[in-house]
Amino acid sequence: MTDLLALIVAKYNYWLYVILMMIGLYAMIAKNNLIKKLVGMNIFQTAIILFYISIGYKKNATLPIIENVHGTGGGHIYAIDYINPLPHVLMLTAIVVSVATFGVAMALAVRVYQRYKTLEEDELRMRLSEK
Amino acid sequence: MDNYPVLIVVAPLLAALLAGFAAWIEERLSYPIALLGLAVSTFAAFEVLMQVIFFGPIRYEMAGWPPPMGIEYRIDLLNAMVLLIVSGIAFLNLLASYESVNQEIGDRTGSFYSIYCLFVTGLLGVTATGDLFNLYVLIEITSLTSYAMVAMGDRDRGALASLNYVFIGVIGASFYLLGVGYLYIQTGSLNMTDVAIILQDYHGSSTVLTAFVLCMVGVWIKMAFFPLHAWLPNAYSYSPVVFLRVVAPLMTKVMIYVMIRLMITVFGFNYIFKTLNFADAVVILATVAIIFGGVMALAQKNLKKMLAYIIISEIGYMVGGVWMGNQLGMTGAILHILNDALMTFAVFLGVGNIIYQLKDVDFSNLGGLFGKMPWTMAGFVLAAFSIIGIPPTCGFFSKWYLIMGAFEKGAYHFAIALIISSLICAVLFFRVFEICFFPSSSQDNKQKDVHAPGKIEEAPVSMLIVSGFVSLSLIVVGLFSGTIVNMIILPFLT
Amino acid sequence: MKFLGFIVVGLAGAILLYGTGDFPDWGDPYSPASLHISKDYIEKALDQTKVPNIVTAVLADYRGFDTMFETAVIFTAGLACFLLLRDFREKKERFYRHTPTGVILHVKAGKKILDGGKEFEYMDKDWVPSDLIIKTVCRILIPFIQIYALYVVAHGDFSPGGGFQGGVIFGSSLILLAISYNLKTLVKRISEKMLGVYAALGVLIYLGIGVICMLMGGQFLDYAKLAPLIPFDSNHIRALGMLGIEIGVGIAVTAVMAIIYINIVSEGRHDEGL
Repeated sequence: MTDLLALIVAKYNYWLYVILMMIGLYAMIAKNNLIKKLVGMNIFQTAIILFYISIGYKKNATLPIIENVHGTGGGHIYAIDYINPLPHVLMLTAIVVSVATFGVAMALAVRVYQRYKTLEEDELRMRLSEK
Repeated sequence: MDNYPVLIVVAPLLAALLAGFAAWIEERLSYPIALLGLAVSTFAAFEVLMQVIFFGPIRYEMAGWPPPMGIEYRIDLLNAMVLLIVSGIAFLNLLASYESVNQEIGDRTGSFYSIYCLFVTGLLGVTATGDLFNLYVLIEITSLTSYAMVAMGDRDRGALASLNYVFIGVIGASFYLLGVGYLYIQTGSLNMTDVAIILQDYHGSSTVLTAFVLCMVGVWIKMAFFPLHAWLPNAYSYSPVVFLRVVAPLMTKVMIYVMIRLMITVFGFNYIFKTLNFADAVVILATVAIIFGGVMALAQKNLKKMLAYIIISEIGYMVGGVWMGNQLGMTGAILHILNDALMTFAVFLGVGNIIYQLKDVDFSNLGGLFGKMPWTMAGFVLAAFSIIGIPPTCGFFSKWYLIMGAFEKGAYHFAIALIISSLICAVLFFRVFEICFFPSSSQDNKQKDVHAPGKIEEAPVSMLIVSGFVSLSLIVVGLFSGTIVNMIILPFLT
Repeated sequence: MKFLGFIVVGLAGAILLYGTGDFPDWGDPYSPASLHISKDYIEKALDQTKVPNIVTAVLADYRGFDTMFETAVIFTAGLACFLLLRDFREKKERFYRHTPTGVILHVKAGKKILDGGKEFEYMDKDWVPSDLIIKTVCRILIPFIQIYALYVVAHGDFSPGGGFQGGVIFGSSLILLAISYNLKTLVKRISEKMLGVYAALGVLIYLGIGVICMLMGGQFLDYAKLAPLIPFDSNHIRALGMLGIEIGVGIAVTAVMAIIYINIVSEGRHDEGL
């Protein structure tokens, strides 16, 4: 029991991301409204961002912007003082991708609404089977 | 010139941007710009293939940073072959599509060409890259452009089909991204070869196992492997035919390539076939995919939908061949990437020509096509023979390797499924031929006075030439498949 | 569907949690992810690129090739929204307001479209008189937002920021203009054509810098090769190259934000909306 507790405490960020991600996935699968599905999609992608940023974190370290560049302090730079920059770079890209996907998906939702005047999946299915 | 590897990818991107410019300034310029960009890309891909065959793999370091820190392109025989297939087919398709774009898209053709080039850029980048995260970004470019294109097709159903495609596509890409994250946390690197070296010490790790499962599920969703295929039939049958002709042969094949690349270069065969033990389960899944695709194809009443289900069954061939884990199966799968890309392209060129004249490919409309469009139908028949697997055409040879591989492995169910699937394809296509041969009775009454019987109404010449060229290449590639296997595939595998 | 959802979610969650079993502890400075290449980035980036913000150095230089495609993704999104939604058909009926008197004219379908000069104002269907306070406050705020956006772009090397962030801030200032006044005000200021050209231009600047590096005899995007073209400060040539691409990214992002907003909010008609 204490082992499990210690495990959860040491890695709770990773557990949280899984929970968040599953909330998003559930919304994408089970919700009836297309916009709610889109919101689920966004939660799903945000959970991945949380995961990557958690990888980059180091205890007692600061932002990866090097201090005293122009000053006299200088000296050697130690990797342990700065958090890992790479996951931040990757997530900047992933954020942009998710925004772009969301924009396109919204445009598609507008098109669906223009055509069928509804965004509820069961009503859409009824409309489609009528013809 | 040293910069050919990056030129393959950059030329279509540049063309996409310039075509986007031209869309606002002088729309007629967009088409030649796009054509030029893809021609340059094809030329560069050809040069790279020659260099790789004669001088061995090429490495290209982006921005001059050595690999684990920077992004590198690493082009070996497999890459080079797929690059040439992708750029060549994209170029030929654009050559054939001037008239049908004008017919289908109407205004804003400039933006259409721009998106088309971006799609090809994405596919080429996915193929060329040696970096796991770069692969993800380029997969997203391909996906975003496909979402837009699918919705451009059918005015009524396109947007909804595309939205469902978005949901599934995002899940697939996100799973892949998560897999990369799991790999990164264990290895600290994103470069494929670097990751592979570090991974050798972590074969028992649960993180690596999860990473592998996530990457595979992500790629399977994108390629529409059997239980994850639901998006494909709708998305493909509602997209505009110009796009269909390039997405159907290329998208799934590039994803198969990604799967092979991840299995060979990143995780390694030792890990997959010795440490893990679910290869047999995947082969069974592939068997089910083949049968399922065939049976569903039998139930369709529309040519596009029927072909979409045949694609699902073809994906089963290749996945099964790869997961057989022996050299014959792998050879068959890689050869089938080339053959299937060509024959799917040929068959969809035929469909494109028919749609150009008839607007619709429901079976009820196809009566009397052999008389109306003889040249189109000749190409179509050749492509169909290749899909069925009749000897001088290329489809036969890859199937032969796959069946031999299955026998060597002892996976008799897979071999039997392949043979059954060929029979189903034969039934399917001969049924289509029969429909096309005899004028349908309902059409006779309505159209006899308008169109005199036997009058030829062919598609434009550019479409016919490309269609003929590709159909003949099916036989040529078939005759030279021994050379291809000896020069490209076997050196790659050993 | 709900039941199926629970099964899939449970399965996927179980796999993901199983995978976390062998993770290093959260925040462990000696985890593999913090040691291998990340250590190299932190210790060498300042020396090699002269940029103190390591995130920018990695984003725009070491992994600059990724970022170029990221910009291409943004461009794709804008183009896709335009292709999917833009509707060039004229609207069936229109309302005009005579500004001096406040009389509202209703022009029915098929009738000639009014071009009333300054006296007549084309009116939204659900038009409400704009609030004076909101208009004034936004008019004062917008220039400051834009200056701040330019600052974020220009200082991406030294502080958190860069082309994407700056571009988004600039784009949001345009959207604020559209919200506080109306959509037509925005479209009048920056025409659709200009937005389309800017979006392509931004990515083209990025790609162009890469191609110039290639023409100068280096690898694609190797900024060090730009040194002969820029006669000053050759020590900081990589930082200057990064600034160049950040500007390109900023332009593209700004334009695409506006394109997506305008198209979605007016369902592609560009005449009325939020």
